[in-house]
Amino acid sequence: MPAFPAAADASTRNTQLRANLRHATHTIRAKRATAVAELDDWSSLRAAGAAIKDRSLRHLDHYLEQLESAVTAAGGHVHWAADADEANRIVTELVQATGEREVVKVKSMATQEIGLNGALATAGITAYETDLAELIVQLGDDLPSHILVPAIHRNRGEIRDIFAEKMAQWGRPAPEWLTDAPADLAEAARLHLREKFLNAKVGISGANFMVAETGTLVVVESEGNGRMCLTLPETLISVVGIEKIVPTFQDLEVFLQLLPRSSTAERMNPYTSTWTGTTDADGPRTFHLVLLDNGRTDTLADTVGRQALRCIRCSACLNVCPVYERAGGHAYGSAYPGPIGAILTPQLRGVQSELDASLPYASSLCGACYEVCPVAIDIPEVLVHLRERVVEGGPVSVRGTRTVIKPAKGHAAERAAMRAARWALDHPRVLRTGQRLASRTRRFHPRRLPGPGRAWSDTRELPKVPEESFRDWWQRTRGESGTEGRKTT
Amino acid sequence: MARIRRALADVPRAETPDAVPVERTYHRVHGDRTPSETVDLLAEHLADYRAIVHRTDAPALPALIARLLADRGATSVALPPGLPDSWLSAVPDAVRRVPDTAELTPHDLDAVSSVVTACAVAIAETGTVVLDAAPDQGRRRITLVPDHHICVIRVPDQVVDSVPEGLERLDPARPLTWISGPSATSDIELDRVEGVHGPRTLEVILTGPPAGPETAGQS
Ligand code: SF4
Repeated sequence: MPAFPAAADASTRNTQLRANLRHATHTIRAKRATAVAELDDWSSLRAAGAAIKDRSLRHLDHYLEQLESAVTAAGGHVHWAADADEANRIVTELVQATGEREVVKVKSMATQEIGLNGALATAGITAYETDLAELIVQLGDDLPSHILVPAIHRNRGEIRDIFAEKMAQWGRPAPEWLTDAPADLAEAARLHLREKFLNAKVGISGANFMVAETGTLVVVESEGNGRMCLTLPETLISVVGIEKIVPTFQDLEVFLQLLPRSSTAERMNPYTSTWTGTTDADGPRTFHLVLLDNGRTDTLADTVGRQALRCIRCSACLNVCPVYERAGGHAYGSAYPGPIGAILTPQLRGVQSELDASLPYASSLCGACYEVCPVAIDIPEVLVHLRERVVEGGPVSVRGTRTVIKPAKGHAAERAAMRAARWALDHPRVLRTGQRLASRTRRFHPRRLPGPGRAWSDTRELPKVPEESFRDWWQRTRGESGTEGRKTT
Repeated sequence: MARIRRALADVPRAETPDAVPVERTYHRVHGDRTPSETVDLLAEHLADYRAIVHRTDAPALPALIARLLADRGATSVALPPGLPDSWLSAVPDAVRRVPDTAELTPHDLDAVSSVVTACAVAIAETGTVVLDAAPDQGRRRITLVPDHHICVIRVPDQVVDSVPEGLERLDPARPLTWISGPSATSDIELDRVEGVHGPRTLEVILTGPPAGPETAGQS
C-alpha cells in the first residue's frame, strides 16, 4: 500500500470518484445537521456519550469481565483474540467445527480490519457479504471507500455491469431484465442474497454496542441483512472490538439517539436488533463472541490517543473532512478512512510503516471533525500528538509492552509524512475550507498543548487559536527543514 | 486482561467505575405533549419513514386487517401464537394461516405473503415500533422474511415519547427488534430504495381511542 499522498494523488485525478464523494458527503452532511438540530439537548447527549465511553475505557478490564460472565450466563461462548491472526484462527475453527463451507456476513469493520474473508477463503470457506454496498464491493473485487456507504465510488451503471457479470459466479445470476435503476439493482440483490440467507447455517457479524451489565449485543442497520444473519443461521459468530462496550442497558438511550442522527441523519435507523446469548427456538442455537484486541490495548495505553476508542463509527467526520472529500477512502489504506482513520489506524498498527506514518499528516487540522463527532473525540489533538510521535519518537505500547520508538527522521516514513502535508497544502481548496472552519471551532480547542508543549501550557492560558494551525505547522516545518525536506524527497 | 490492566496504569487503583462522572443532563423527553399529541407524532414520524399508517378502534380492527391483506392479494399469513383470535376473524378461510412454530423453516416463511403482529412498545419521537418476541409478536424471523408486515399498536398505552422511555419498558434479556419504517437502502448513489431484505411494506395500525384518560408512558 503506498503512503497517503501517492494514493491520494491517484484518487484525486479520478474525477468520477471525486464527484460521487462530493455529492455524498455534502448530502449526508446537510441532512445530518437537520437531524441533529431536532434535538435541543444534543450537546448534553454528546457529553454523556463521551463520558460513558470514558468510563468504559478507564475500567475496561472490569466491564469486559462483567460482559464475559453475562454472555456466558445467557448461553453464549466468549473467546479472546489478541491480534488479527488469532481472531481469524478462532473464527475459522468455529466455522470448521460446524462442518459448513459457506457463511453469511453482516457488514462489519472489525472483520474487515482483520481480513477475515481472506483468511476464511484460505481455509476453503466462502464468506458472503450481505450488505448491498458490501456485496457491490465484493463482487467488484474492490475495497470499501466509506464507513456508511462503502460503494459510493461506484455509479449505477458500473453496479449493473458488476451484477450482470459477477453474480453468477457467486450464486444466483442477475436477472435478464436488469437495468441500472436503483430499485432494479436492489431487487437483483434481494433475489441473489435471499438464496444465501435461507440456506445459511453460519452467520458472522460485528456489533455496534455490547452491554456489560446484561451481555446484550446490538446491531444497527437499514436493510435487514443484519437481521437475516442474526436470526436465520444455526450458529452466530460475532467479532467485536473490545472498545465497543457500554456499562448498562440504560446507556443505550444515549447512543441510540447519537448514532442514527450522526450517521444516516435519520431519527432512527430502520432496524436495530439486540440479542443476549441465545434464546430458545428464536435465532441461532449457538452463539460465539470473539473479543478483538488487535492494537486496541496499545491505543488504550496512550492517554492522549485513548479517546479514539470512543468512536462509534458513525462516519460524520468523513463527511465534513475536506481532505477525505478529495482523496477518497481508499487512500487511507485501512478499514478506517477519513479523520478517524487518520488517528485510529496509526495507533492500531503503529507508525513504523510509510503509510501509517503519513496518516497523521493527511489532514488540515481544521477541526470540523471534532465539531461533528457525537462522542467529542478531539481528532486534531490526537493528530498533532501522533505527528509528534512520527517526528520525535517516544514511549509507546506495542503488543502490550512499553517501549520507546525512535524518531522517523530521514527515513521513508518521515518523507511520506512530509509529502502528505505538502499534498494537503497543494490542494488550495482543501486548505481554504480548513481555515474557514477553523475559525468557527476555536471554542473546542485543547486546553493544553500536547507533547513537549504540555509543561509550558500547564501554567499558561492558550491563545484562542489552536496551538498549531495547519499554516503555522507548515511554516514551522518548512522553515526549519524546507531544504532538508527537498533533499529527501 | 493483564495487557488491558497494564494499559490502564494511569488510572488510580482506587478509582471505581462510578467515580468517572457521567452527567445525564439530556432530556428524558423532547417537548411537552398530551398523550394524543404523542400518538399523532408517532403517526407522523412513522409515515415520514414510509410506513403506511392506519387508525382504527377495537371493533373495526378485524375488518381493517382483512382489507389490508386483501388489498395486497395475500394468500397466506404468518401468525404469532399469542395473537388475539378476533384480529383475524374477518379474514376469509382461503387465506392460509401459518402459525409460528419452531418447525417453520426460513424456506417455509419465504412462501408466506404477510405477517400480522402486535408490538411491545412504540416510540413517537423516532417513529419506532419495538418487538420483543412476546407471544403476540412471535419469533424474530416471522417479521423478517415475508414481504408485508402489519403491526398493531394499542394506543395510547403502548406509545411512549422518547428513546429513554422506550428502553425503560423493555427487558434486555428478550431478543429485541426495533423497526423504524420498512427495510431501506441508500447504497446506490444515495437513492433511497425500500426493501432490500426485510419486508418492503410496513403497515402500522394504531388501534384504540386516539386519546385516552391515561397518560402514555408516565406510569
Ligand atoms: S470519530 Fe466520531 S465522527 Fe468519526 S466516525 Fe467515530 S464517532 Fe463518528
